Amino acid sequence: MSKTLFDKVWDTHVVRKIEGGPDVLFIDRHLIHEVTSPVAFLGLKSRGIKVLYPKRTFATADHNTPTINQHLPVQDPLSANQLKALESNSNEYGISYWGLGHQKNGIVHVVGPEYGITQPGATIVCGDSHTSTHGAFGAIAFGIGTSEVEMVLATQCIMQEKPKKMRININGQLGKGVTPKDVALFIISQLSTSGATGYFVEYAGKVFENMTMEGRMTVCNLSIEMGARGGMIAPDETTINYVKGREFSPKGEAWDKALAYYQSLKSDSDAIFDIEYSYDGASIEPMITYGTNPGMGMGISHSIPNANDVEGGAASYAKSLNYMGFNEGESMMGKPVDYVFIGSCTNGRIEDFRAFTSIVKGKKKADHVTAWLVPGSHIVEAQIKEEGLLDILNEAGFTLRQPGCSACLAMNDDKIPAGKYAVSTSNRNFEGRQGPGSRTMLASPLVAAAAAITGVVTDPRTLI
Amino acid sequence: MAYDKFNILKSTAVPLAIENVDTDQIIPARFLKATERVGFGDNLFRDWRYNPDNIPKSDFVLNNPLYSGKILVGGKNFGSGSSREHAAWAVYDYGFRCVVSSFFADIFKNNCLNIGVLPVQVSAEFAEKIFRAIEADPKTEIEVNLPEQRICILSTGQKETFDISSYKKDNMVNGFDDIDYLQNIKTEIEAFASQLPL
Ligand code: SF4
Repeated sequence: MSKTLFDKVWDTHVVRKIEGGPDVLFIDRHLIHEVTSPVAFLGLKSRGIKVLYPKRTFATADHNTPTINQHLPVQDPLSANQLKALESNSNEYGISYWGLGHQKNGIVHVVGPEYGITQPGATIVCGDSHTSTHGAFGAIAFGIGTSEVEMVLATQCIMQEKPKKMRININGQLGKGVTPKDVALFIISQLSTSGATGYFVEYAGKVFENMTMEGRMTVCNLSIEMGARGGMIAPDETTINYVKGREFSPKGEAWDKALAYYQSLKSDSDAIFDIEYSYDGASIEPMITYGTNPGMGMGISHSIPNANDVEGGAASYAKSLNYMGFNEGESMMGKPVDYVFIGSCTNGRIEDFRAFTSIVKGKKKADHVTAWLVPGSHIVEAQIKEEGLLDILNEAGFTLRQPGCSACLAMNDDKIPAGKYAVSTSNRNFEGRQGPGSRTMLASPLVAAAAAITGVVTDPRTLI
Repeated sequence: MAYDKFNILKSTAVPLAIENVDTDQIIPARFLKATERVGFGDNLFRDWRYNPDNIPKSDFVLNNPLYSGKILVGGKNFGSGSSREHAAWAVYDYGFRCVVSSFFADIFKNNCLNIGVLPVQVSAEFAEKIFRAIEADPKTEIEVNLPEQRICILSTGQKETFDISSYKKDNMVNGFDDIDYLQNIKTEIEAFASQLPL
């Protein structure tokens, strides 16, 4: 029977099927961090069980960590306590631990691919919903809860019902100033935040084939924002060139065997999806969100829709616009911006900093804008310096912080103050996501750069 | 962690007719710093429930003495966003044992099932009926019968059946969890692992 890419990877990992229930799915790689793992380890302790395959789990500290002065002790006692718990649990159970200050430390979904932990055709989970990022390699990757973290530690398996399959095809050429982030925000605006719930998505078509791995990661990262468990892109030359030779990638004979497996990973031409959508890449504009979920996005030159034209309850829509301080029918262009955040597992990779720098080069940051530039890892940080981007950024009035999740979820000190507006390259514009009362507009690194220079929402195409 | 058994729950319910309630609202990130699973109920819906000076907001339903009970009835697409199980813990710790909605986000639903909170997905029409019944009488009782997979508004007699996999249902009725199951098939897992491509 013909199979989709998703079927092939899923079926390879089913240990057993339970009648009237979920599949027992084997997990190749497990990533953990300080926030969603401590209670899982407590569970193991209370049951008196060990980690079954400690070499398949990797720990990094990112959610809670400060992004300045990382050499100093962490000030917040609760954060410090979580970091300590991750370190001692990792040590006790024999798990690789990349803590604060470690050369390999960084955002879990940025360092996983960088070190070759992420592999095509693997099953990858982490207690963070943006685990979908790793789907860029043709892996089945999704976020899990803490009970499931405990299951994976104990047995390297979780119980999952097989999701339905969706394919999103985008062909055609992307326009000037349109980035992978815009493609993703566009899709979410079309499908809504729940449009892909119950599905696993495959992205197909020229637009994705032409993307770099960084771009594909941005797209797959945002799959969860339309409700999908994850999204994936079939591995090709681009993928294999990226994976080859990385620290944890297979070597020698193991590489040859793995390569044969990678090359088998694509949907059969007659494979059937439960649902398919197709869009024209040329119709996508730079995007920005105006509301309090990632589905409330639009082309930057459009106006905020009227309640009658959007699906769902008028009361929820009004509540959302009221929180943002926006009105129906208004243009976003020229809206004041107080903060600009570039970073997170969505847009904290080298390409994102290259894009940002390309706009701010030779210009100056607007005086009233506070800009937080947070690389996703030490590798990204080093690249920014080596490529000379840092000098250009400094010249334009920007400084670089140290790697971590930072203002993506504002668990550390990087919080947008109440009532302030942020153009953010992260993934969620929920109420208070970037700090209590914060107002977030999600956008690409180019839109963020244009806002940082002009101090208002600006179409980056006017600056290219 | 094994949890309380779930059989038939009869309770009044708390209505929260807002769509797309995300887990950042259910429990904001700044309350995720614990290393133990205690006290999350105090911060359930923290920023909707309290002003920044910690004074309760009188217009939020959890602060309205008219409404109480072990069942939370939410709007469409309940629990979207972050995978934090803390959201389900907060719901449980506050005292809810069942969440009803016309549509749940996947991870939240799984997390609930894994800790013994029953997510009951009903039709949009039935959700409306529940909201209306509670509006008419905040003391309306709702009966959730897990063995028979049926939810009933006792004041009006309106009922609907709901789906749950037979495996998960057994787990909830008996208070078993997935780790108990997986631990029992460990040899099978190890044999399986040895033949994988990666
Ligand atoms: S950057 Fe944001 S979304 Fe990504 S892992 Fe960190 S908290 Fe999660």
